[in-house]
Amino acid sequence: MNWLTEHKIPLGDTMETFVNWLIDVASFFFDFISVTLETLIFSMVDGLEWMNPFAVVACVLALVWWLHRSLGIMIFVAASFMLIMNLGYWQETLQTLVLVITATTISVLVGVPIGIAAAHRPMLYTVLRPVLDLMQTIPTFVYLIPTLILFGLGYVPGLISTIIFAIAAPIRLTYLGISKVPNELREAGLAFGCTKAKLLYKVELPAAMPSIMAGVTQCIMLSLSMVVIAALVGADGLGKPVIRALNTVNISQGFEAGVAIVLVAIMLDRICKTPSSKAEG
Amino acid sequence: MPMVQIENLDIVFGNQKLESLRLLDKGMSRSEILARTGDVVGVQDATISVEEGEICVLMGLSGSGKSTLLRAVNGLNKVARGRCLVKDGERMVDMAKCDENTLRHMRTNRVSMVFQSFALMPWMTVLENVAFGLEMQGMGKKEREERANKQLKMVGLYDWRDKKPDELSGGMRQRVGLARAFVMDSDILLMDEPFSALDPLIRSQLQDELIELQKRLKKTIIFVSHDLDEALKIGSKIAIMESARIIQEDVPEQIVLNPATEYVEKFVAHTNPLNVLRGTALMTPLDQVAQLDDLYRVSEHLSLNIQAGVLKEALSHGQNIALSKWDDSMDIENMPENTIVVAPVDISMRDAVEIRYQTKQPIVLQDNGQCVGVLGDHQFYHALLGKHFSRAS
Repeated sequence: MNWLTEHKIPLGDTMETFVNWLIDVASFFFDFISVTLETLIFSMVDGLEWMNPFAVVACVLALVWWLHRSLGIMIFVAASFMLIMNLGYWQETLQTLVLVITATTISVLVGVPIGIAAAHRPMLYTVLRPVLDLMQTIPTFVYLIPTLILFGLGYVPGLISTIIFAIAAPIRLTYLGISKVPNELREAGLAFGCTKAKLLYKVELPAAMPSIMAGVTQCIMLSLSMVVIAALVGADGLGKPVIRALNTVNISQGFEAGVAIVLVAIMLDRICKTPSSKAEG
Repeated sequence: MPMVQIENLDIVFGNQKLESLRLLDKGMSRSEILARTGDVVGVQDATISVEEGEICVLMGLSGSGKSTLLRAVNGLNKVARGRCLVKDGERMVDMAKCDENTLRHMRTNRVSMVFQSFALMPWMTVLENVAFGLEMQGMGKKEREERANKQLKMVGLYDWRDKKPDELSGGMRQRVGLARAFVMDSDILLMDEPFSALDPLIRSQLQDELIELQKRLKKTIIFVSHDLDEALKIGSKIAIMESARIIQEDVPEQIVLNPATEYVEKFVAHTNPLNVLRGTALMTPLDQVAQLDDLYRVSEHLSLNIQAGVLKEALSHGQNIALSKWDDSMDIENMPENTIVVAPVDISMRDAVEIRYQTKQPIVLQDNGQCVGVLGDHQFYHALLGKHFSRAS
């Protein structure tokens, strides 16, 4: 048995060397990303906190009305926000919302084009699939460590970890949507003189839209599920009170923060989901 | 100059086209090539030309390569070898070799297509669907909607212009598909089994509509079908395909009268002769009719007096009966009983049977003013029993 344990394969050491090398070579690059994203998030959070809470709620309600015309969802959203304010988690909720929205926006902006590219190049998807699987199955804590080193404490490592975890959804569902576009629609597009670009914008993307929207909704939910983990590396938000409650074995604080997270999750789900399923029907 | 001219065209799907073509030249069959190279031969050595205003029907069972050949005409299928020339103004463009821009020019201006499962964009309204091709041409919104509306009126769907395709019935959807193709004002229409997905009543209605439209618009149409009755009804020329080859190409009547192979013979065996056969094939030529005292004895009771190719009088039971003339433009329903009708030799069997039904007498056929044959019950029964539809033995 000795021969097996005598010479350990330096898997972990290699990774460490790689991360150290990254810091040496490109620390200015990571600093730049870090500062940019942090400024962006801080200014959004500050802006929302500066506003009257009821004005923020009114804006969200207007959005709900515009998307759904449903009184039920509006009442639920208003009641949830009021309960959160009552519990004293308004500021944390805003921070969490900003984190989720930023992570989703970046994931969609990067993920949808990758999904389109993968759908058009079968080889690319063959390469991409194991990478996506890896990103979603590797325990989040594992890549929390290098992101922490590369981007420092705060929102940004939390945001990057969230994106790594959540970006697979828009990539996969965009890929699925585009590759499932009926061949006849594509042929019809070509037969009536589409260029490659027009085929994408006028035929493939609209046809894949229900699937892409489902990817966005999933991405939002996955981002939200990362809130507590992001708090571990210093991202503000609803995760912080949960971690604090865990460390101090504080049942009441943990429960309240947990309820707030659940309410945010249900609200986001209700707000996002219906339009896409309407488009499918 | 023909509108479409296909010369020695091969289409191969797969990765080893050169090797497959080499095997094809060595005379290997489709399945042998599939086993050797994994390539599928879609079309093999197809040569056909389509003149302006013709409706050419590509006929065959599924997998015979008819849709594949059709898709070569607008470049949706890559051609492995051979030429596929399509008329563009005064020149012929080879769709197999032209560049992207020419291909797009041909697709937006010269060749439009109608699909079997309609292929309408489900997120667009009917109007937007019809205007889709015009949008690709780069036409402004106002002008293209105006033209699309006009086209929708023509197919009777103007009131449905703001609906989505899934709110329409199958027949209506294909009318939208037709409108989308016709609005392009292109000379050539490709139709890939456009009516196959519809129920029989709607199908024959749309076939009639297409024939009506064609009378006015005089397009050049290449039509794919697996239904011989449909092909015979609308086609001015039929090409029959079997396992990637064109095995017979002719006018409808000749296809049913002289099937080239056993395969075609099986195909035509159950055709309704009323729609296909014409007097030329049905009649008994005058020189084969029994003669007695300078009179042609058509039957025991009926004799015709024909001199220098002109019908002078007809005697039924020794009595003179009335003579009359008929051509395409005339009504049949009001023909008087007991009349001998002189009709053009290319009269359709349906018209001939109807005249016989009204007048209760045989019909005399003439060609260029000369009587050439007679058409009576015996000839009709012969045709109805399918005795015309076998290979010359």
